[in-house]
Amino acid sequence: MQLTKENLLAFYQTMVTIRTFETKAAELFAAGKLPGFVHLYIGEEAVATGVCANLTAKDYITSTHRGHGHLIAKGGNVDLMMAELYGKATGYCKGKGGSMHIADVDLGILGANGIVGAGQPIAVGAAFACKYKQSGAIAACFFGDGASNRGTFHEAMNLASIWKLPVVFVCENNMYGISNCQRDHMNICDISDRAAAYGVPGVTVDGNDVVAVYEAAAEAAKRARSGDGPSLIECKTWRWRGHFEGDPATYKNPEEQKTWIGKDPIPRLAQKIVELGHAADADLAAIADAVKARVAAAVAFAENSPDPLPADVLTDVYA
Amino acid sequence: MKKMTYAEAIRDGIRVEMNRDGNVYLCGEDVGKFGGCFGVTAGLVGEFPGRVLDTPITETAIIGSAVGAAAAGLRPVAEIMFIDFTGVCMDELFNQAVKMRYMFGGKAKIPLVLKTICGGGVAAAAQHSQCMEAWFAHIPGLKTVMPATPADAKGLMAAAVRDDNPVIYIEHKQLLGLSGDVPEGEYVVPLGKADIKRAGTDVTIVAWSWMVHRALAAAEALAKDGISAEVLDPRTLVPLDKAAILASIAKTHKLVIVHEAVKTGGFGGEIAAVAAEEGFDLLDAPVKRVTAPDTPVPFSPVLEKAFLPDEGKIIQAVKELF
Repeated sequence: MQLTKENLLAFYQTMVTIRTFETKAAELFAAGKLPGFVHLYIGEEAVATGVCANLTAKDYITSTHRGHGHLIAKGGNVDLMMAELYGKATGYCKGKGGSMHIADVDLGILGANGIVGAGQPIAVGAAFACKYKQSGAIAACFFGDGASNRGTFHEAMNLASIWKLPVVFVCENNMYGISNCQRDHMNICDISDRAAAYGVPGVTVDGNDVVAVYEAAAEAAKRARSGDGPSLIECKTWRWRGHFEGDPATYKNPEEQKTWIGKDPIPRLAQKIVELGHAADADLAAIADAVKARVAAAVAFAENSPDPLPADVLTDVYA
Repeated sequence: MKKMTYAEAIRDGIRVEMNRDGNVYLCGEDVGKFGGCFGVTAGLVGEFPGRVLDTPITETAIIGSAVGAAAAGLRPVAEIMFIDFTGVCMDELFNQAVKMRYMFGGKAKIPLVLKTICGGGVAAAAQHSQCMEAWFAHIPGLKTVMPATPADAKGLMAAAVRDDNPVIYIEHKQLLGLSGDVPEGEYVVPLGKADIKRAGTDVTIVAWSWMVHRALAAAEALAKDGISAEVLDPRTLVPLDKAAILASIAKTHKLVIVHEAVKTGGFGGEIAAVAAEEGFDLLDAPVKRVTAPDTPVPFSPVLEKAFLPDEGKIIQAVKELF
């Protein structure tokens, strides 16, 4: 599959947007401006970007507690996201969801999710709706290595398999479930092996290579759209930050951390773009600057937004 | 009107709604070819090809997938074979289905019916006999429906399917064969509207599901002793028709609550609290609760009989108020 200059530059812009948004979120959290918990996706940007590049606004995704990257890659609005992180009335969820629950149902984003593994059966249901309505849309389900140990994973994979549903399971193996290293929470090396138990194709790819993720997801999405059922893609990647902001992550091996930071997906893509002659360093710097301005505008939007009214505590419980 | 059983009425309710709205589908363990564990959904699989789906034994995926399908525009009726099995899918219900709308700032609708069955009396023991409605009534965002008659069973199923929120629709094993007049065609009983199953002037007995019938039998016996009991069936615990309960207490000035679920933390406590908070001046006597004792449901028919509230216990509780 030949990716065009436009494809690669779009990937770059998405990945830089995720990185910039989250770097800013980390700063704002440290400054005491963001309430609650913030779980960052820094280092894992290639996964959301490569997968969502195969999706349209009609397709569905379910996300995780580490969901900012998925939202941005699926086309989420950074103003509304940032306002939600601040708990403002203008946020995606009017200040009722926060970082862990941001959703944009109109864009098929069925929510970040505070419960590990909860999105898997929900994605299966969305995929069922796509098949039932013959809409041609599909669902992609993001989850982590830790979630692949949950019962939801097994039930969702099995049901999607027997009903041949158009769903792409995307395991973001960042090697850690909070403090628990993959070595200590499963006795297999590749989570994609688990697909075989359900008669589903499973592949492992370099999750820090956006092109590799894109290609695997393209094949899985094609399979889903053509009625051949689900696939499992394991993307091996690394969570640069602690589990949540404020977690010093002393449980991580510093050498491993150093090695993985050396595999940063963003400079890797930049190098490829430059080598292919699609852009010069200065062009990429200009993209990064524009993104920075966009995120600064999102922060200003959030800061200038009103708080929710106390009376709003009672709205939106029932339709 | 047509005579049908409670089970036939539920099936008719589902059938009418499936005919009315192509987005309604039914899924669950054995709901298709087998016709449901108690035969409630028998035959629907042939009437609605591709819309009645047998699932594996996979409670988490049944409800989780129904949540996703509802968020994506369908209207699932998802069966969990026994209410006792809902423990396996509680996250999908109480963290996902009911919170999506609120957590998303009102941007999602989850029109999901969780259809299940409760209750004792068939020596099914502790894991197949419970009445867990208080669990569900305690969850904001969820509506809790417990029909006691065939007509209510049909009309409340229609209302549950048409509601844009998650609804738990709880049938009762003892009522499946109960026969009664049921309106034909489209028939809706609104959620949140109680029904006076028997009018009376001396005491209000609030009861739901199977216990409505035990309360009615008790009321007949009490009438012979000169006590006129009103039997009020809230039909839905959430939304609760508080106004109807308070209006009945205003007439009778005495309240007895009967439920099959165990006492501590049961929904009877909620109704007693409503009476105390909003109807204290209407009451001439303490509120009484007739419930199962705080134990798991026993197996032996002798023990189960001792466990379940019955006419005798209801009559005794009422007489203690006079």
